[in-house]
Amino acid sequence: MQPRLFAIALPFLATTVVVAGTAAAVAAPMGPEDARHLLARTGFGPTAAEVRAYALLPREDAVAQLLAGVRTTPVTPPPSWAGETGPLRPASLATATPDERKAFVQEQVRRGLALRAWWLEEMLATPSPLTERMTLFWHNHFVSSQQKVRVARLMYEQNALLRANALGNFGTLLHAASKDPAMVIYLDSVQNRKGAPNENFAREVMELFTLGQGHYGEEDVKEAARAFTGWSLERDTGTFVFRPRLHDDGAKTVLGRSGAFDGDAVLDLLLARPETSEFVVTKLWLEFVSPTPDEAEVRRIARAFRASNYDIKVAVGALLRSPAFWAPAQRGTLVKGPVDLVVGTLRQLDLAPPDALPFALLTAGMGQNLFAPPNVRGWPGGAAWINSNTLLARKQFLDRVARNDAGAPPPAGIAAMKPVTAGAAARDDGSMDAMAGAPARPAAPAARDAAAAPRNAAVTDANGAAQRAARAVDRGLRNLQFDPARWVAQQDGATRDDKLRAARTLLLPIAAQTPVPSDADARAAVYALLLDPAYQLR
Amino acid sequence: MSTMNRRRFLRTIAAAPLAPAAAGASFASFAALARAGVAQADVAPNPYRRLLVLVELKGGNDGLNTLVPYADPAYYALRPKLAIARDDVVQLSDRAGLHPALAPLAAAWQARELAVLQGVGYPQPNLSHFRSIEIWDTASRSDQYVAEGWLTRTFAGRPVPASFVADGVVIGANDLGPLAGEGARPISLTDPQQFLRRAALAQPAAAAGNPALAHILKVESDIVQARAHLAADHVFRTDFPATAFGNAVKAACRVVANPAGVAAVRLTLGSFDTHVNQAATQARLLGELADGLVALKSALAELDRWNDTLVLTYAEFGRRPKENQSAGTDHGTANVHFALGGRVAGGLYGEAPDLAHLGSDGNPRYALDFRAIYATALERWWNVDSRNALNGRFVPVDYLRA
Repeated sequence: MQPRLFAIALPFLATTVVVAGTAAAVAAPMGPEDARHLLARTGFGPTAAEVRAYALLPREDAVAQLLAGVRTTPVTPPPSWAGETGPLRPASLATATPDERKAFVQEQVRRGLALRAWWLEEMLATPSPLTERMTLFWHNHFVSSQQKVRVARLMYEQNALLRANALGNFGTLLHAASKDPAMVIYLDSVQNRKGAPNENFAREVMELFTLGQGHYGEEDVKEAARAFTGWSLERDTGTFVFRPRLHDDGAKTVLGRSGAFDGDAVLDLLLARPETSEFVVTKLWLEFVSPTPDEAEVRRIARAFRASNYDIKVAVGALLRSPAFWAPAQRGTLVKGPVDLVVGTLRQLDLAPPDALPFALLTAGMGQNLFAPPNVRGWPGGAAWINSNTLLARKQFLDRVARNDAGAPPPAGIAAMKPVTAGAAARDDGSMDAMAGAPARPAAPAARDAAAAPRNAAVTDANGAAQRAARAVDRGLRNLQFDPARWVAQQDGATRDDKLRAARTLLLPIAAQTPVPSDADARAAVYALLLDPAYQLR
Repeated sequence: MSTMNRRRFLRTIAAAPLAPAAAGASFASFAALARAGVAQADVAPNPYRRLLVLVELKGGNDGLNTLVPYADPAYYALRPKLAIARDDVVQLSDRAGLHPALAPLAAAWQARELAVLQGVGYPQPNLSHFRSIEIWDTASRSDQYVAEGWLTRTFAGRPVPASFVADGVVIGANDLGPLAGEGARPISLTDPQQFLRRAALAQPAAAAGNPALAHILKVESDIVQARAHLAADHVFRTDFPATAFGNAVKAACRVVANPAGVAAVRLTLGSFDTHVNQAATQARLLGELADGLVALKSALAELDRWNDTLVLTYAEFGRRPKENQSAGTDHGTANVHFALGGRVAGGLYGEAPDLAHLGSDGNPRYALDFRAIYATALERWWNVDSRNALNGRFVPVDYLRA
């Protein structure tokens, strides 16, 4: 994974510039703990090199540097089919044989997997983790799912749109995401016609994209749905098209305003409401600051957001500069999402897997299947990430990573920690749904049950897919080759104790819940830190 | 439905609307209830020796093609492509019959262990999947937002013994549904053997620190406690279907086989969100459901637990009577659900939707509030208070034998 070098090198270069430019300023360097906090909240698990670079900056400069470094394009080349134009489905599909149809569906499933792997790889490779965190944030705001859209190329295009505007203008993003082909399919705008309105998009754009529940009525939904009629898709090119003959151009009343509104006019009405800025800032607060938004602060930042005509950098910047963001009491108060945990672990341990797909499958098993949020509300996040099933899937992953040095037995001497045996672990993964392509379904059956006389071909397929997923995850974990002794040796500090302290500061946002025994070797110490409950937090 | 059943049922419905007393009955009355619950727990026997199995038909199963009104011409008019022919249904009465894929349940019907609940819904129905399932899972009103699931509130008010594996076990889904929120001891797993292999990675710890950390530590403790009481090696003679749902049923039976109890199990089957080409998907899923429930009955009978088991199906909503132009159905309201178990009083309950008088949105009005079905599970099955768990008083439906 070549771009990683670039990722590590860039902050050093940037640091040199910024430090030189602010040499006369009096602001003090923020130090490693603040740097770790800022980078963990704005990216995925920061590396030691990144923390080292940012630790030299004052807080204000660090925030400015993060915001200045955001990208609008990925550094990882997308799958070859991503740029395809032309019909969404071949015309020949109408007269295709069942085998040909099956092949088409399988190709879309294969592409969906490639897409997940590609994005995870980008999260590992990007020099601007903030860009990817915000792209993921918008994926969970302007939700669409491959499970319904079923055209991987459109999901890729939506992802590119979210990234291009990730820290751009919210108004621009709202208009573009609303007309995004994947969204037009996902929220049934294609079915929304004059005389036969479909309210799906009209309801969700108010409830989930702008105003939030309680700030509109059922009549507003009905009237807005009429304004959105005529928004459709050109099946031959896969692009948005407005069909005037399907559009209801009569007068509508939305949020107390009347006129012959079209869809864009309704979106502008929504943007004009203060509730929209407060709703978005509240969600950003939950992403960056704490699980308990401060209403006065949200209102203050929302005002600035509105005054800037919805510049997302203004809102994010204000949150990152707010006293609440830096308050010691807020360290480690957010739960890492599965993508955060998996990508962050690989980054922090300096692991560059040759294939990212197994890790995308792992996040699916932990409840976050990229490009397939459970419903239009997205992943609920926060404490809801953690139940016994998902917590054990997380610990299983960490256990395997931490012990993956050439299949060594579990570290001895740590009381109350009994890692599962290597044999059991090899049979065991939590990623089945992703390959089978159905996150809402109970996970597919375990391998040994597949031998028990499957009753039909669909079941055999599902079991086969689950087994392939399990093997892919196992291979991916096996190939990591983490060397804890070498990793600890690379941490800052003159002595072994200093290095272990640096490792703890890097990996945990708050004190360890299970202190590392003083006589633990590097392997046991890293194992204890990764399996500590505090490691689940950021 | 027998005349007796029908009359008794109509009485129930007539009484139901006195339900939710106030937006949130006063804090004082809740506190009084909680105190009463605790006092009761000191002397009463453990109510949770009886098992409740909830089966979520995720996505919203089409009730009209589950219990087919095969004698109603309006049904065939609404469903030109999707209607199930009179000759194909599993006849239950001179008007209604089951989808042919549910034929494996005919034996339970004949044994009078299957209650078919018709017209199940709630006032002011919400047609959003996630909002409507939230209403069901929290047993709240359409305009009321509640954080805890109805089982969580039940177990918080009347605790499950600490010797149990867990309060409830959620199998094969990442959402906890009726077990969500703080106050209960839920365990979520896919397969109990996998759970035990991994559970050694959890460490016992007292909940402390910020709310996120406290939650993680609580889950770790729940895992440690479940692990101490759970074995997963019971071998059944029953042949479980080789489907995802069949595996979930097997996992459930392995959990129930433990001498340490479990009060509730939640299974999930789906997706029933059949907007397009419904016929094949629904037939496959209902077949999986029927095969799975037959295996569940067989395995729990092996354990001599069938008479202590109540199975209830549920879903966020039903589907619209008039089929759409894609040979599918859109989101609807009132739905058909099942109650199954050794002590269930088999028969038809509720009212079939009046297809000749649908609402302006094309959906029927509900006849039976889902919270009345839950009230039976709480008051008559477990003999625990239902008012706090259901956010109001609902008159139980008599689908259990005395």
